[in-house]
Amino acid sequence: MVKRTSLSSNYAVAYAVKMADVDVIAAYPITPQTHIVEKLSEFIANGELDAEMIHVESEHSAMSATIGASAAGARVFTATASQGLELMHEILHIASGMRLPIVMAVASRALSPPINIWSDYSDIMNARDTGWIIYIVSSAQEAFDTIIQAYKLAENKEVLLPVMVAFDGFVLSHTFEAVDLPEEEEVRRFIPKQVTWYTLDPENPMTLGPLGPPEWYYEFKYQQVVALNKALEIAKQVDDEYGKVFGRKYGLVEPYRLDDAEIAIVAYGALASTAKAAVDEARKNGVKVGLLRLRLFRPSPVEEIAKYLENVKAVGVMDRAISFGAPYGGPVFADIMEALYMKGVDTLLSSFILGIGGRPMYLHDVLTVINKVKEIAESGRRTIETYYIGVRE
Amino acid sequence: MAKSSRYVPPPSTGWRKLPIGAVIPWPGNSEEYKTGSWRTLRPVIDQERCIRCAICWMYCPDAAIIELKQEYTTKAGRKYDKTYVVNYDYCKGCGICANECPVKAIKMEPEVK
Repeated sequence: MVKRTSLSSNYAVAYAVKMADVDVIAAYPITPQTHIVEKLSEFIANGELDAEMIHVESEHSAMSATIGASAAGARVFTATASQGLELMHEILHIASGMRLPIVMAVASRALSPPINIWSDYSDIMNARDTGWIIYIVSSAQEAFDTIIQAYKLAENKEVLLPVMVAFDGFVLSHTFEAVDLPEEEEVRRFIPKQVTWYTLDPENPMTLGPLGPPEWYYEFKYQQVVALNKALEIAKQVDDEYGKVFGRKYGLVEPYRLDDAEIAIVAYGALASTAKAAVDEARKNGVKVGLLRLRLFRPSPVEEIAKYLENVKAVGVMDRAISFGAPYGGPVFADIMEALYMKGVDTLLSSFILGIGGRPMYLHDVLTVINKVKEIAESGRRTIETYYIGVRE
Repeated sequence: MAKSSRYVPPPSTGWRKLPIGAVIPWPGNSEEYKTGSWRTLRPVIDQERCIRCAICWMYCPDAAIIELKQEYTTKAGRKYDKTYVVNYDYCKGCGICANECPVKAIKMEPEVK
């Protein structure tokens, strides 16, 4: 029986991890993620979860201990944010390179300096090329569902890659929403524990993490390329299967009122909810606008991006991170531009930056974006400006 | 992947045939990797001067000094029941043995003259 309860995204993640019956959690506290591992500690202390909690001295060690446990065949979990994700950056590459199915939650937060504990996606964007699968979710329910999907995807024999599930710090991590929790047994049936990867075993010794000289290294990196591409297909399958069992599926991208849209905006994370309201508002005034929410950031769902945006006159991409010195625009903007160009979709693209360091993103901010995209569509001219919404002169 | 121990994939092996994550599931196959080719200087043991103290054998960081149960009689008539030789397959020519030898019985000679 499904139980409806009120949870923050942090707690929703903790419940999902408990239901996934993880064996080892290694974590270091950092705002705004701390509630996740705090709740998991509580589950362990109460005897609700039979897992080992390793209190490490840094995020570098958190990911290292998680790798060690995963290499021993354990189902593992960790969570971090911001500076913590930066400190574990080196080890992120090791997790994906060693093909270990680690699942990590990231309550996305801005990077220092100045010190800022509030939400943006600068941390996640820096993890882009680490070889991890990266989801960005938009609600507590989706955070719960995606953690379960993440284990299914990570442990798939054709994938065997670590998965990051990111969501806005505070805006999602600390706010409470209604969440439907399925039966624990049902979750465990969906993700049965099977060790599908190479593990350390004294009976069957092997070397993990050896030297890879020039004559071997390249082939292992290419294997990662193939696996990450494969993950795109498997992520879709997992989402479909999840939908059949639990009644909720999300797709790799989520289109909103795009069917008859003349212009479109692109968003990710909690901003997508505000953007939906803004789309409704703009449509009341006769603007035929739609929204594409990006849910899977890596691997990039190129086909879906092109499919949903091929018929609009102009697209405005809203980024919650700055790519300093980039040729043009924000990091996700660059992805969308690349996807559309390579798919032969010719539309008028523009890049918008907002919600940096927790700066509130109001309905009128998104309406400003929509109006600008509309202007660009009407002018029929390409713009070379990146719009920094709300920055004070 | 159930290959026998010490299997080494041939250098032409493509990405499909390699175990993922650079795992080496063939224990002990580093033995097949002959590191002796790294050497620029080779230690040569003078069996006449060697006093069989085994210091080189103890100090060698690569276990490349081998103790043989092989008798040796010096020209002066001194008899030993063992002989120390270098395993040039793995000796990287670091020279620690020559440095530690108390009777200077090991000389480092250039590989290429």
